[in-house]
Amino acid sequence: MLPLHAEVINVSGRDKITTIKNAVDIAKDGDTIVVNGGIYKEKNIVIKKKITLLGKNNPVLDGEGTYEILTIKDVAGVVVSGLTFQYSGFSSLKDLAAIKVIDSRQFLITKNTILNTHFAIYIAGCDNFSITYNQIRGVPGNDEQTTGNGIHLWKNSYAKIANNNITGHRDGIYFEFVQHSTITDNYCKSNIRYGLHFMFSNNDEYINNTFEKNGAGVAVMFSNNIHMFKNHFLFNQGESTYGLLLKEINDGIIRDNVFEQNTIGIYLEGTNRIDVTNNKFLRNGYAIRIQASCNNNNVNNNNFFENTFDVATNGSLVLNNFNGNFWDKYDGYDLKRDGVGDVPYRPISLFSMVIENIPVASVFLRSFIVFLLDQSEKIIPSITPENLVDNTPLIKPVKM
Amino acid sequence: MNKIVKYVTIDILKSKVVLTYLLFLFLTCFGIFNLDNNTTKGILSLLNIILFIVPLVSLIYSTIYIFNSGEFIELLVAQPISRKKLITSIYAAVSLSLVTAFIVGAGIPVLIYSPDKIGLLFIITGALLTLIFTSLAFFGSVITRDKAKGIGMAIFIWLFFSILYDGILLLIMFQFSDYPIEKLIIVLSSFNPVDISRILILIHTDYSALMGYSGALFKEFLGSQKGSVVIFAILIVWIIVPTIAAIRKFIRKDF
Amino acid sequence: MIDIKNVNKKFGKLHVLKDISVQIKKSNSVALLGPNASGKTTFIKCLLGMLIPDSGTIEINNQSIKGDYKYRNIIGYMPQIGRYPQNMTIQQVFDMILEIRKTALSSADTELMEAFGLKALFSKRMGTLSGGTTQKVSACLAFLFSPEIIILDEPTAGLDPLSSEILKEKIKHERSKGKIILITSHILSELDELVSEIMYLREGNLVFHSGIEELQHRTGEKSVSKVITSILKTL
Repeated sequence: MLPLHAEVINVSGRDKITTIKNAVDIAKDGDTIVVNGGIYKEKNIVIKKKITLLGKNNPVLDGEGTYEILTIKDVAGVVVSGLTFQYSGFSSLKDLAAIKVIDSRQFLITKNTILNTHFAIYIAGCDNFSITYNQIRGVPGNDEQTTGNGIHLWKNSYAKIANNNITGHRDGIYFEFVQHSTITDNYCKSNIRYGLHFMFSNNDEYINNTFEKNGAGVAVMFSNNIHMFKNHFLFNQGESTYGLLLKEINDGIIRDNVFEQNTIGIYLEGTNRIDVTNNKFLRNGYAIRIQASCNNNNVNNNNFFENTFDVATNGSLVLNNFNGNFWDKYDGYDLKRDGVGDVPYRPISLFSMVIENIPVASVFLRSFIVFLLDQSEKIIPSITPENLVDNTPLIKPVKM
Repeated sequence: MNKIVKYVTIDILKSKVVLTYLLFLFLTCFGIFNLDNNTTKGILSLLNIILFIVPLVSLIYSTIYIFNSGEFIELLVAQPISRKKLITSIYAAVSLSLVTAFIVGAGIPVLIYSPDKIGLLFIITGALLTLIFTSLAFFGSVITRDKAKGIGMAIFIWLFFSILYDGILLLIMFQFSDYPIEKLIIVLSSFNPVDISRILILIHTDYSALMGYSGALFKEFLGSQKGSVVIFAILIVWIIVPTIAAIRKFIRKDF
Repeated sequence: MIDIKNVNKKFGKLHVLKDISVQIKKSNSVALLGPNASGKTTFIKCLLGMLIPDSGTIEINNQSIKGDYKYRNIIGYMPQIGRYPQNMTIQQVFDMILEIRKTALSSADTELMEAFGLKALFSKRMGTLSGGTTQKVSACLAFLFSPEIIILDEPTAGLDPLSSEILKEKIKHERSKGKIILITSHILSELDELVSEIMYLREGNLVFHSGIEELQHRTGEKSVSKVITSILKTL
């Protein structure tokens, strides 16, 4: 049932209606509330109607460090756009957010600016919605315990998260029990834990995002069928820091991504049947670290350039396929002139195995003795896993 | 600058060996920087070569020079000059020549391609390593009487600091990997001028962050301002102690 | 005056100088003689401070030389084999020694230098010189500073006869000025007109040290070589 007259309600210090709460109270389904410039300190605003909430001339909704600013509940078709939210309450018990949406659908949260909040956008039990073009900046200097996530999704499906810019939160984007959703063109920088975090979420995809200087770029845990295309993972550096962390996941595809200058490009643990193809690994500490708990993964047609270690592992039995990659450290020859090296390449160096067991051995990185050790290991492999080998190493990089 | 320093320096700089060394450094540096368009990576590749070559050349060249100048040194010992002044003058001349060769040969390309803190640090470290190994060569030459033994000693010193020392530390690590030996290993490796120079350069490039050094012991222990001061202090001690030992031995040496 | 008392020097087990005591007075020219490995060079080196005696004292003009180096200002030394840095020119060598002696070339004794014609070779590198020319450089350096004591280790070895003569003339001339001259040589005949005293060392012992006239008188021989041979027969 469509409303007969969709009205526009103006809110500002000069208008008849001075508070958003008041406007929400009198609005009917389908109305638009235009919030004009000014600071609005209205504690918690709750919307349960199909309303479009539009900001004009940069209105600021202030939670005074105490309240959840906007709550949307049990409704379809709400739009929140052009508003600035700041200083939500902080509570580790209640997960206070700038915008919280519960059990709703078909809503759009777009072009908002969210500053210094606990959670910025918190969505639970919703489906078919979009969160786009928001600028989200957390509280600088907070630690992992006291900061919430930028965009937090719990038990949702068919979500579209696009073109957001998220920085300074615990996780930039957090997915828990989220299905059939897409994450595209977002930029997650300097988040304390992960740029993007999947937990128990299946059949999602993230494409063309950039993850820079986060505690770790992306973590995918306990999730299946995740597609990861054309993302850029860069400068995720530090002790146990990854571009992409995979833990207990199955059947994903990692294609056309760039991993640049991460401490570890991809870390795989308990991971099965993942295809890693057409990716570029440039100047990482470790391009790929694959734990012994991983099976039947395929790492093919990737380019490895200038990584300190191309591949590292903690076990001696490797049941994964590493064929057909380009390794810049490969010094074999191609007499058959078919573009494939005639001698297999072993991407694991002895010294990476040493560091695996004795981390402090990294004082000897780039020392002469390490060079000698690695050379002797190349001639007579003794410690490095025998079957972690590229039998068809490429002579020229894969064109991308 | 006294004339012994002046003329011995000129004598050495005219010799083909030092010129070859200079040229080798120069070409290697330009070659590496031209191969890698990334300067940090260039510096790191260069670091390996410098840590290998500088100690070796400083040790062998200084040792051979001292033994070849044996009679000349004898002549000077018979002159009215104190032995302390004599040996320090010769040390100054030899190290000055080698440092000059290093700074011209490696310094110019490095400053052209990497005119920043890392480049400067690299040059200072290389110069300090030259001084350290020249001073070790002097000590070795003063305590040995014949050339063959002296050169043997020089090669041993080089092998020891370049390979054996690290090998022993690695063995210790393997043997005691169940114990908390991190601090011990870092302290022990900082006693080796070659190791400490390598670590000094590495922690000042983004390489350390890349390798996950940052949160760990390295940055805390050695990466801070205080750590750099400690590292330079260690390097300077490595120059001073063998030099003083060499002077003391030289003063009492029979010619 | 050189006053040496009870000097001992050992190299390991080898006792090279055994309790040597000797006095050499002004205006004396001493030939230091003895077979190979008798301790001649060791004796000279002790005097020059190149070797440090194990025991005993050495005084020059009543000053102990122990721990001192300035006393060498009054000593000129010509080594048996002089070797110099290959790429240094003759001029640079002179320059360097002149600076050590804090003397200008203008106030130095350049007689020998001129007699040898070294000035014309000043820009030559030491590495390019013949053995004889190198010896000339060494000889010039020994006389350059008009030292009170001149020590010459095999001075004429490697010199051509003409240059030997020039050097001998210079030695005689200096001796006549009242200087102490100490010469070792294997060629006894050339010492005839040069020396006033003979010191003879054997296996580290001072066998004798006497004036030449006394020795000539004792043996009835004239030339140094004959004097020595006949004394050695009597020992």
